[in-house]
Amino acid sequence: MLAKTDCSLPTPKLSAILDKYKKSPGSLLEILREAQAINGYLSREILQLIAEEVGVPESKVYGVATFYSLFKTAPTGRYIIRICESAPCHIRGAQDVLAAIEKTLAIKPGETTPDGKFTLEFTSCLGLCGVAPAMMINDQVFGNLTGDRVREIINSF
Amino acid sequence: MAIYRSHVLVCGGTPCLLKGARTIRDLFQQEIDRYQMTDEIRVVETGCLGPCDEGPVVIIYPEGVMYSRLQPADVPKIVENHLYKGRVVEELIYKEGKAGREQSGPPGVTLEGEKYLDRQKRVVLRNCGRINPDSIEEYIANHGYKALGKALTELRPEEVVQMVIDSKLQGRGGAGFPTGLKWSFTAKTQADRKYIVCNADEGEPGTFKDRLIMEGDPHSIIEGMAIAGYAVGAEEGIIYIRGEYQLSIERMARAIRQANQYGLLGKDIFGSGFNFQIQIRSGAGAYICGEETALLESLEGNRGEPRVKPPYPGVAGLWGKPTVVNNVETLANIAPIILNGPAWFRSIGTESCPGTKVFTMLGDINNQGLIEVPMGITLREIVYEIGGGIPGGKGFKMAQTGGTSGGCLPMEYLDLPMDYDTLAKAGSALGSGAMLIIDDTHCIVDVLKNFMRFFCHESCGKCTPCREGNPRLYEILTALSAGTATQAQIQLMKDLARTMQLTALCGLGQSAPNSLMTCLRFYADEIAEHLNGECPTGVCKSLATKSEAV
Repeated sequence: MLAKTDCSLPTPKLSAILDKYKKSPGSLLEILREAQAINGYLSREILQLIAEEVGVPESKVYGVATFYSLFKTAPTGRYIIRICESAPCHIRGAQDVLAAIEKTLAIKPGETTPDGKFTLEFTSCLGLCGVAPAMMINDQVFGNLTGDRVREIINSF
Repeated sequence: MAIYRSHVLVCGGTPCLLKGARTIRDLFQQEIDRYQMTDEIRVVETGCLGPCDEGPVVIIYPEGVMYSRLQPADVPKIVENHLYKGRVVEELIYKEGKAGREQSGPPGVTLEGEKYLDRQKRVVLRNCGRINPDSIEEYIANHGYKALGKALTELRPEEVVQMVIDSKLQGRGGAGFPTGLKWSFTAKTQADRKYIVCNADEGEPGTFKDRLIMEGDPHSIIEGMAIAGYAVGAEEGIIYIRGEYQLSIERMARAIRQANQYGLLGKDIFGSGFNFQIQIRSGAGAYICGEETALLESLEGNRGEPRVKPPYPGVAGLWGKPTVVNNVETLANIAPIILNGPAWFRSIGTESCPGTKVFTMLGDINNQGLIEVPMGITLREIVYEIGGGIPGGKGFKMAQTGGTSGGCLPMEYLDLPMDYDTLAKAGSALGSGAMLIIDDTHCIVDVLKNFMRFFCHESCGKCTPCREGNPRLYEILTALSAGTATQAQIQLMKDLARTMQLTALCGLGQSAPNSLMTCLRFYADEIAEHLNGECPTGVCKSLATKSEAV
């Protein structure tokens, strides 16, 4: 699916990023990370521009952007809830936490709330198993979750 | 430098920070100021103390008293009684498996912080919980960079490699490959450029040791990398940290800046003519990038798909140049080996697997957290002594060692010594050191489904055995939990798992069926019951529990 066209492509910002990494080969991940920070996701146009400037096929840039779970090629909610359902969190009741989030926001993993505020998705192990079950909301981490606590956290956003 | 009569060390590892450790730290400072003890007592944010489940944790020196589960209201009590009047606040002292776990039987033994640490052997975590990770001065004061100085001024590169070979140190990322041997391949290969890559893409479920080592003692990794660089003739180091580990990235970056300022990184280190620099690169969310060749692909800006080996990275790695890829914990072992000698290192642990191992204990266990103990400790000691047993009076069902790509061990294996060789012989793996304890209320089929779903998601899709094998295994397990599987499908699972172990391109696909294989062997009865439409634990909802079936 073609992402919705941006009215104003952030060319100056993107050029600055591309300039910064011009002399460092292998920086595609860094470029994508910083480019994503401009709009919150990597639109088709941005990927095309990056491909042109870096001098690689667009398919390669698209391939990299879709390989890594922290890159988004479609708009997401302002807050991305990444819930861990790896074995350690599973054992400590992550399913109840997930059920509470699904109920509070009325969305399933992979979906975004109609107001565009929250996107819910699974993450691989966050290395917070000492305080499982755990999740991240954007860059913030949360541990020792229960159904009640996760509702409180979501309401505080 | 000011001298203080007491130090209050507040754990600043992520698990404690999540429980409000910064508020506790600020309150300590505020209360100490209020009592006008600012010049006498110093508050320090330190690295992980271990009992992550008991946070926020604070340890007060020189007494070495550890307080846990601190609430803001507890801080004035401790400052007034302990620090001002000299009376330890008994009710707040760390006890194994404390609050909320009273039902687990008799209360745990009261342990002072020092004793808690004494039960362990801290080599890798030597500074975690003792120094401020943001201070290079404190690292140096604890013999930091002394090993680098010794290597650069007293030893030839080949002598450094030989010391690491003699120490018998094995890679702590999971595979257990001899580190010295790995270095020797790179040292022998002629090239205009070589690299040292620190693999900090910790993603194995249940593993958070590298996170806490980086957060607690970042300089130990820098020193290990610089020594490795000198030994093999590399001048460039790269730390690849997963994108989710923001605090690790921050602390490592600060430590690198400090080391550069002190001339411990950069040009002509210790006047030896040796140059070494380190940069941080961060991942973008892909478990597979913990595999060394996938990591190298990612560093080159590609999809993190593993390369066909050989050639191994030691000979042709990053940009085709000889590259040493070592795990965080492996590198943190290097300085002590150079400083104390290989014989000292071999005196710890077992004969074939010397040294210590950092384990993460988690799941159904009273004391969740991080420990470092000599290799060869038994599972029983970890679970029932250091781990404080299973909560809620429930029984031990199994331990998954080495994370989701490790294997599962039943009760009969509780006295098995934990080291690379022994666990491999038992069909499991020591792996990254994750110890997931599962009690008897959990269903084998349900946890296996969870493991296999993980691999379905994390397979990179490059090779067929892994891309196709994992989903098929997951489907059969799903059928098993729904009561629709057949005996023939169990055999199919075994054949498929074996094929994957033999033919998958990389460690991910080869080890994905490990837990399944061990469970098919050790829990054959429970699996057979599922074939008969019964789930003994009642977890598989569409099946009858045993009592109903009878």
